This record gives sequence, structure tokens and C-alpha cells, in this order.
Amino acid sequence: MIYEVFRQERKGQAFAHAGSVEAPNEAFAEAYAREQYGRRGESAALWVVPREAVHEIDDFADELQKNYHRVDGYPLKEKLGKARERVSAKNADAFSAGAG
Amino acid sequence: MTDQVQKILQIADDELILGWRNSEWTGIAPMLEEDVAFSSIAQNEIGHARAWYELAARELGPTANELAFDRRPDEYRCSRLVELRLVPDWAATIARHHLYETADEERIAALKQSDDTEIAGLAAKIDREEAYHRMHAQMWFERLQDEPRFQEALDELRPLLDVRGEPTSELAELWEEMTMVRRSVAGATW
Repeated sequence: MIYEVFRQERKGQAFAHAGSVEAPNEAFAEAYAREQYGRRGESAALWVVPREAVHEIDDFADELQKNYHRVDGYPLKEKLGKARERVSAKNADAFSAGAG
Repeated sequence: MTDQVQKILQIADDELILGWRNSEWTGIAPMLEEDVAFSSIAQNEIGHARAWYELAARELGPTANELAFDRRPDEYRCSRLVELRLVPDWAATIARHHLYETADEERIAALKQSDDTEIAGLAAKIDREEAYHRMHAQMWFERLQDEPRFQEALDELRPLLDVRGEPTSELAELWEEMTMVRRSVAGATW
């Protein structure tokens, strides 16, 4: 059986996929995960999950290209740049007003 | 040599030789995951041996290295059980692992109660690693216990646990291998 192993680097952090181990049962899977992902103090905790327990979803329909659904739908870079320019122009004005 | 240091040397020899024997599985264990786990156990055992030799060296001198590698094969006090080269018999290897860990648990428990705080402290530290070895041995025991080959190995190996101080050719061969590099350059320190 294949078990997927998730690793938490420090307490409170999110678990991230570390890799997988092949083991005949849960006890072996835990022992092997401990050896491969926890022995060098690199993990605060591990999740050991049978691969069948993981449901993979990879069919995302987006037929009409609704890019406003996506986080990259609204490019902020330009807006942010302009906002910064405005702020620095304002600051420069305030500075010259104060100096004068 | 006091009884106490004699006993410590015995444990150190057991752990060194068993660690060496277990490491013979590195690269050829039944599964990749087991290869990593068993090699790690072997490393731990050698680490324990080193700690015990260091303690013994305070009385016997001069250092852990001399005690570990510069004695003659017939001066080792390890159990006959750990001397055997069991590769490529995995069932027998696990039988030995289980027999050894069970006996070692008692020995360590007794040392944890020692009046000597250093011995008790080291035993407690080592026991925390051995707990993992015992878990590993138990897991394999449960998996193999219905196999006749495993039961035969247990019966065959069990009586060897308490045989000590009788040099065997197997230990002499291992000693040759184990100390070859060290003996190759006179006076070298590593």
C-alpha cells in the first residue's frame, strides 16, 4: 500500500505534501514516515494518509474564460504603481511646502 | 576491571557488533523504506556503543576508539547472538532483532535504576531511542509470527543470547573487516 505523507515544519504551520512511503500496513507506514521525514528534526508533526483516502479533483470547467473568477483576474500591479506615484508626489509637495 | 565496567563493555560490544551486522542490510533490505529504517537502527546501535565505550574508557582508558577497535577478537564480550552474519536471511535477522530488543529492554531498565547517575542518565537517553527499535521489532514480529521459518529462527537463535566470551570465526572475520582501515595506517587518529 502507498501512504502519502504530509509534513509540518513548525507548530502552527500548514502541512505540506512531503512524499510517499510504501508499507504493508499502518504501523509500518508510520514507522517508515517517521524515518524518512522526521528523523532529522525536520518536522514538528506528520500526517500519514492511505493514498485511497485522498480524493483527487482535476477537472475544472471554465468554458467561458471567466477570468474575473480568478485571483489573477484583476492585475493590481499597474494600479499599485500609480498609487505609489501619487503618494510620493504628494509627499514631495508637502516637503517643498514645508521647506519654503 | 570492576563488574560494573565489565557489564558496560558487554553492552557496548553487543551494540557495536549488532550495529555492524544490521548495517550489512544497507542497500539490500527487502524494501526501500525498510532499508532506510533498518540502516537507521544500525546507526543508532553504533551510536549507543560509542556512548557506552566513552563511559567505559574513563576507567579502562584511553578512548572509546581503542576499546571499540584495538582489542583482539577474543577480548570482545558480545553475545554469540549478535556475532552471526545473517544476510541474506531476513526472517532470521528479524528473529535476532526481536530477541535482542526484548533482552536489551530489561538490561536498560535495570541500568536506569543504577546508583551511578551518569550510567542511569545514559541508559534513560538510550532507552528513548530503543523504544523505537522495540516498536519496529514488534511490528515485524507480528507480521512474521505465523511463518514457520521465522519460528524456527527464533528457536535456533534464542539459546545464543547468553553465550559470551567464546570467540568464533565469524566474529574474527567481522573484526578483520571492521578494523581493516584503522589498522592500515599505524598511529593514525580518525
